[in-house]
Amino acid sequence: MIRVVLPAHLRTLAQVSGEVQVQLQGPVTQREVLDALEARYPMLRGTIRDQVTYRRRPFVRFFACEQDLSHEGPDAPLPDAVASGAQPLLVVGAMAGG
Amino acid sequence: MSQVRVLVGTRKGAFILTADGTRDQWTVNGPHFAGWEIYHVKGSPADPARLYASQSTSWFGQVVQRSDDGGRTWQPVGNTFTYDGVPGTHQWYDGTPHPWEFARVWHLEPSLTDPDTVYAGVEDAGLFRSTDGGREWRELSGLRRHDSGSSWQPGAGGMCLHTILLDPTDPARIFIAISAAGVFRSEDAGTTWQPVNRGLRSEGIPDPNAGVGHCVHRIAMHPSRPDVLFMQKHWDVMRSDDRGDSWHEVSGNLPTDFGFPIDVHAHEPETVYVVPITSDSEHFPPDGRLRVYRSRTGGNEWEGLTAGLPQKDCYVNVLRDAMAVDSLDSCGVYFGTTGGQVYASADAGDSWSPIVRDLPAVLSVEVQTLP
Repeated sequence: MIRVVLPAHLRTLAQVSGEVQVQLQGPVTQREVLDALEARYPMLRGTIRDQVTYRRRPFVRFFACEQDLSHEGPDAPLPDAVASGAQPLLVVGAMAGG
Repeated sequence: MSQVRVLVGTRKGAFILTADGTRDQWTVNGPHFAGWEIYHVKGSPADPARLYASQSTSWFGQVVQRSDDGGRTWQPVGNTFTYDGVPGTHQWYDGTPHPWEFARVWHLEPSLTDPDTVYAGVEDAGLFRSTDGGREWRELSGLRRHDSGSSWQPGAGGMCLHTILLDPTDPARIFIAISAAGVFRSEDAGTTWQPVNRGLRSEGIPDPNAGVGHCVHRIAMHPSRPDVLFMQKHWDVMRSDDRGDSWHEVSGNLPTDFGFPIDVHAHEPETVYVVPITSDSEHFPPDGRLRVYRSRTGGNEWEGLTAGLPQKDCYVNVLRDAMAVDSLDSCGVYFGTTGGQVYASADAGDSWSPIVRDLPAVLSVEVQTLP
C-alpha cells in the first residue's frame, strides 16, 4: 500500500480528506504511483502532470523521506520507506505567488 | 415570478448571485472552487440547470466543472484539450516562432439547443467542442490551421480565444475572436474559417489595415439580428452590418475608445453598452470615474451612465467577459470589476447599485433569466 499526501486543492477536487492510498503490483516509481492515483481519482488527470507529455507540472513537487524527488526520473524507484508504506509520497504545490 | 441568476467567475472562485425579478434583494452563494481562477461560468440556453465552469490555476492546470442543478452541486468533467495533429507554431511576443501550448479555457459557450454540446475557447488560441456534456473535447482545428495561424501573436493577456458567438438563425454559423488575431467566421459549423476584419485599423501592428493581427477585445450580437455585430477593439468601438465582412468605427463621442466588454440590450438591438477605460497602459476609468456608456443609436452617439457608480477615486478595470444582460422586460445590465464589485442595473443602465462589493477580482459575469 502506497500512501500519498495531496495538496489541499487536489484533496478538494478528488473529494478526499487526509492521505490517500493506492495499491501497486509492480515497481514503485513516480510513474506507477501517479498512474494508479489517476486511475482511482480520474479528476486528478492533468493536475499533477501533463496528460500528453506526462511531465510534472512546473509548480508541483514530489517530496518523501525529507528528500526532494521532483527531478528524479519517472521510472526511478521511490525510497524503500515509500514502497513499504512507512512514509508517504508528498505531492506539493510549490510556494509561489502571494 | 421570474428569477435572475448571475454567474460570476473571479480570481479565487466562482459565485452565484440570485434574486427575484425585482432584482432588489440578492443572495450570494460561494465561493465555489475556492482558491482557483474561474475564467468563465455559463449556463445552457437549452437547459438552465446545466452550467459549465472553467477552473484553473498555474499550479494544477485546467479543470472543467459541470453542474446539472443550477450550481448547487458540481462534478469535474473532461479536461483533456489536445490540439489536433502536430500543432506547429505561432508568433511569440518578440516575433519568433513559438509552439502552440494549451494554457487554459477562457470561455465556454453552450449550444443554443443541446445542453450536452458546448464550445471552449482556449489559450493558446483554439476552439474545442464537446458533444457529451464536457467529458470529451475535440478541437475544431480548421481555425488554428488557417493559413494565417502561424502569424498570430498573443495580446498582453496571452493568445486567447475569448469570444464565441453562435448564430441563432443558422446553426452552421459561428463567430470567434482572438487576441491578437481578430475575428473569424465559420459557415460550416466550425470546419473552415475565414478572417472577417476588413475595416479594422490598428496602429500598433506593421500594416494597420492587415487582414489578421488585430487585438479584438470582444464582439457582441443581438439574437434577433445576427448580421449586426458590435466590437470593442483594443482601441476603437466598431460595428458590422454584414456579418463581419466589413466594419466601421462607431466610437463617436466616447471619452476614450479603449475598453474590454461590449454588450447589447436584450430587447433593443440598437442599444449598446461599453465601459471606456483610459488606455492600454492605464487600465482604469478616465478621471477615476466609473461610467458605463450607452448608445441607443447603434453607436456614435453615447451617453455616460453614472447613477450609483463611483464618480471619484475609482481605479478598477472591467474585463472583456465581465458584462452581461438579463432578458426581463426592463433589461438588467450587470458588470464586475477587478476590484471585486458586481454592479447591477434593473433599468437598462439608468441607475446602478452593487450586488456585492468585496469579491476577488472579477473575471467574468454571465446572467440567466429563469422562469
